[in-house]
Amino acid sequence: MTASLQDPVLSVANLRVSIGGRTEAVRGMSLAVARGETHCMVGESGCGKSISALSVMNLLPRGIIRTADHIRFQGQDLLAMSERQMSRLRGDKISMIFQEPMTSLNPAYTIGSQMSEVLERHRRAIRRQAMDRAAELLARVGITAPGMRLGQYPHQLSGGLRQRVMIAMALMCDPELLIADEPTTALDVTVQAQILRLLQKLQQELGLALLLITHDLGVVARMAQRVSVMYAGEVVETGAVGDVFAAPTHPYTRGLLDCIPVPGKTQTGEPLGNIPGMVPRIPPGFAGCGFRDRCMSAAPECAQAVPLRDAGGDHSYLCRLPPDWTRASAA
Amino acid sequence: MTYAIEVRNVHREFKQSGGIVRLRRPVRAVDGVTFSLPAGDVLGVVGESGCGKSTLARLIMGLLPLTSGEILVDGRSLTGMDRRERARLIQPVFQDPFSSLNPRHRIRDIVGLPLASQGDMPKARQVDRVMEMLARVGISSEMAERMPGQLSGGQRQRVAIARALVLHPRIVVCDEPTSALDVSVQAQILNLLTELRRELGLTYLFISHNLAVVEHIATEVAVMYLGRIVEQAPAQELFRTPAHPYTRALLSSVLTPDPALGIPDVGLGDAYPDPTNVPPGCRFHPRCPSAFAECAVTMPDNIRKDGRLVECLLATTS
Repeated sequence: MTASLQDPVLSVANLRVSIGGRTEAVRGMSLAVARGETHCMVGESGCGKSISALSVMNLLPRGIIRTADHIRFQGQDLLAMSERQMSRLRGDKISMIFQEPMTSLNPAYTIGSQMSEVLERHRRAIRRQAMDRAAELLARVGITAPGMRLGQYPHQLSGGLRQRVMIAMALMCDPELLIADEPTTALDVTVQAQILRLLQKLQQELGLALLLITHDLGVVARMAQRVSVMYAGEVVETGAVGDVFAAPTHPYTRGLLDCIPVPGKTQTGEPLGNIPGMVPRIPPGFAGCGFRDRCMSAAPECAQAVPLRDAGGDHSYLCRLPPDWTRASAA
Repeated sequence: MTYAIEVRNVHREFKQSGGIVRLRRPVRAVDGVTFSLPAGDVLGVVGESGCGKSTLARLIMGLLPLTSGEILVDGRSLTGMDRRERARLIQPVFQDPFSSLNPRHRIRDIVGLPLASQGDMPKARQVDRVMEMLARVGISSEMAERMPGQLSGGQRQRVAIARALVLHPRIVVCDEPTSALDVSVQAQILNLLTELRRELGLTYLFISHNLAVVEHIATEVAVMYLGRIVEQAPAQELFRTPAHPYTRALLSSVLTPDPALGIPDVGLGDAYPDPTNVPPGCRFHPRCPSAFAECAVTMPDNIRKDGRLVECLLATTS
């Protein structure tokens, strides 16, 4: 454990989320995010990354039940909090930004009115002060002429500008923890790079703990200090981003890295690596490795409980295979 | 030489609706695009949203009429061509396999529709052809009896590919065919498209915002900006030695999975391209890191040299 993780801003232990008693969406997920650290959760759709974030915020829809050993934010137990206490925290010390800024902004209110509401609600600020703060933050996220933007409606802004507004809004109350769920997925690549640079700069300046959810391994490599790879509701591999990318150990992590074309590295027209099959739905009472049906190195023992192995230096993974396995040795 | 497809100075304008006074300028979504593609090649078309790449695809597929210009497939003009004949030459694969397949039809009927609408093949042969095509893209005969709702995203995209290929077309227009898919499934679909091209000698027009995917699949790449192709070159050359500043910016924004590198500074500033208001001179100059005074006045010529095309004043002067 690194020193900073002795006292993380967010710590989740053994989170389980069940959808209507039929699907186990998250199965014993644990992670910790330290102050000033970017932790990326990466995985394909349905792996449980977004629903884990919503569990932390206690924003799960009805019929979806979360249990955990603990979910702690700055030492406070979020599981024990009432809805009223949680709503005081959301948008204040814990902020969240979502993928599609058009649907998370209210089209009927001006940017200024939506931004100032956050401060009026959490800090009982008066409108004038709140508007000043909003203008200051819009300038900080690189929006020129913030005064004009405050009077505009979301539809008058481009996608990149809207996402900047969402970031500025999330920062209104000086949060300690920012959860960003696919914040750049709906944007053009050029705008994506600008928004990620901005997030990184703000995170460093403000010492934010940033939990970044993405499906893009490129974003993970460039943004994260730590990464948790999720598959079928579990963290199958976690560690410092350099360690995990230098020596991916779980068969799923390796498969995922082989799947993405990399300019200059993968040969044009040569087949990409692929993971056969598709993501399974996990019923209650499922035992063993969730990846075994798609894994090239699966063995009968994978149907039993899988050990969490240490790959050295805070890098761990959930698999029967030793850290130095190769496809030949596993077969 | 006959090309599989030739696009000659194609324009498409949209009139904007709304507004009390009709003062709105028309949007020139595709503004003079010219290219030709030999059979068996893959032209990747890249650019940001609003650059006109999807409009270009729709023009070629015949889903929109041209404002002016001409498109030829196998040396034959598409203008005025019968829809059935056009369908035998060009077929589409769309981005979203959840909306491109009729949810109330069985898979085998979806794939059989292009054959049925041609109306010149006995039913029994149609069924054989459908089953053969489905098998080729990896869909079992048992799955052919199902509805699209019972299939995963990757399987649906395989069905869409089978439907596109069942008439043995000359050109397949793929508009963001893997953008809605997870990376592991994306790799399966890209591999399938590559195999099919080799086996069936297909020509693809491959539209994507993902440059890494385009680099992997394309033999030739066209970069579009506000309705025009600003650079076109063989894929490897374009990625190795991009000539247009916009291409360079696009390439630098690709995030390869390398933790040693940070987030790049793309250097495009905060001006966003607006298709309703194309700047005078070079249309890229407000965002261009290398722009000089003349760029705001003079529209650059199309420089064609050594099989490459660049539309930039820097290329003209040097």
